[in-house]
Amino acid sequence: MTTKKEKRIVTEEEKTFAKNFNIMDLPDIPTGLPPHLQLQRTRVLCEEDAPIHTTSIAYSGAYNGVGVDNSVKLENFSDNFKVDVIELSKDGMELTFDMIGIDAAIANAFRRILLAELPTMAFEKVFIANNTSIVQDEVLAQRMGLVPIAADPKLFDYLSENDQPNEKNTIVFKLHAKCAKGEGRKKVLTKELIWLPNGSELVKESGDSNSKPKTYTSFSRSQKDSFPEFAAKDSNISPSYPDILIAKLGPGHEIELEAHAVKGIGKTHAKWSPVATAWYRMLPEVILLREVEDEDAERLVKACPQKVFDIEDMGNGRKRARVARPRECTLCRQCVRKNYGEDRNKDEEEKEWIENVGREKEWVENVALRRVKNHFIFKIESTGSMPPDVLFTEAVKILETKCERVIATLS
Amino acid sequence: MEHGSFTNDSHASFTLAEEDHTLANAVRFMLNQDPRVTLAGYSIPHPSLECVNVRVQTTGDPAREVLKDACQELMLMNRHVRSVFDKAVAEFKVKQARLATEEEKKTKAEEAELKKQRDLLASMDIESD
Repeated sequence: MTTKKEKRIVTEEEKTFAKNFNIMDLPDIPTGLPPHLQLQRTRVLCEEDAPIHTTSIAYSGAYNGVGVDNSVKLENFSDNFKVDVIELSKDGMELTFDMIGIDAAIANAFRRILLAELPTMAFEKVFIANNTSIVQDEVLAQRMGLVPIAADPKLFDYLSENDQPNEKNTIVFKLHAKCAKGEGRKKVLTKELIWLPNGSELVKESGDSNSKPKTYTSFSRSQKDSFPEFAAKDSNISPSYPDILIAKLGPGHEIELEAHAVKGIGKTHAKWSPVATAWYRMLPEVILLREVEDEDAERLVKACPQKVFDIEDMGNGRKRARVARPRECTLCRQCVRKNYGEDRNKDEEEKEWIENVGREKEWVENVALRRVKNHFIFKIESTGSMPPDVLFTEAVKILETKCERVIATLS
Repeated sequence: MEHGSFTNDSHASFTLAEEDHTLANAVRFMLNQDPRVTLAGYSIPHPSLECVNVRVQTTGDPAREVLKDACQELMLMNRHVRSVFDKAVAEFKVKQARLATEEEKKTKAEEAELKKQRDLLASMDIESD
């Protein structure tokens, strides 16, 4: 029986290393990180059963023994840090970018702030004057709460417990939808919400009939006058999207309500979260450890559901696998499985083979799956209240103010 | 708030109110990057409490100063991140706008070419008649 000798791919780096290598040049004390430690430091290795070396090595003196400084100083951080914008969606509300040269601790802080600590405006109080639809009041109020509002929260103040709702901290919308008898079902969409720059129109009931009628807000003047941003005739505050379904009305049903939006953060309630999601993943790195040819190459291409590999024609009928789209890799690890690209029933054949030969087939590793620890593919999907690039800069600013606050309390 | 000893200020714990993993983990990372630090860690004493305890032990410098430096460093890092990000986004938007105008020009040119050919065809038809 002849065993096929596997051809290993020799990288350029290794070639130059081998050419210039002389044992006499080696220093008495090893300097620089040996390649295997460098790999552990910078990559997560995704093995068949589980990923290993997942943590980042934060301790500055971790490699003092080999004379390597592991501390991140501001100067070398500034030199290495890079941002690549990959994609901005057509409506400008989804942003994908690469953040290179930063630790997960800080990238995660940005993500957490985006989700939970950036202020937005959202409906907090819903005054229901009439609701004969099949959607119960509390369910309707909950649905209203989740409607994103396209208003810059920087313009508004927080409404604290003792505050009266006024033009600086509250946005008022009214909704009056009716489905006439004898008509078909009617959809109530967010475009039917009408902004009331003068505040609430609902009159508070009071025993005293002589006093001036009071509403649920105390606006001193119209928001059209107090905010130059909305002074123009057609610059109105509205929900981010006009076609969000609020309720469905049957014939004879009616909804009449007023909704008050206030400023808040996602930590208090998810309705104030400015993002649908904000997430990152580490850059996948797919490396062929040997030349994968012909039948093996075809199996490898077939094994990958994300189509990471391509077949390269090498002439005279020979084929070779090539890593074409490593970014698409979801690390499903199909390609590092023992019977990659084979159908399930091959297991039976394998069993038979083991029974006949008495040992398992020799397994050769073709692919190394890794993740780059300091390269993050970051995606921000805004709910539409603010563009994602603004959200990210605001998130970084919030982390800055947090630091400032700690410094201030310590001094 | 600082919990330490009067005789040795190189070991101390700090309670940061109204903070969570967001800041504490980032600060712990920054502290670990500092060669003066021998130990840095944080914990949240109870999920319903809005505070974190940060423990800092140093080789001799006052723990308070080292923590302050870590925060300072983190702040400067953030400032750098912000400037780099803003620049990258601005560049991307310029690039996208340029691509869009080029695309527009291309489609316009294609349309003009098509029209020219159609006109030519039409004139040929008349001649053949």
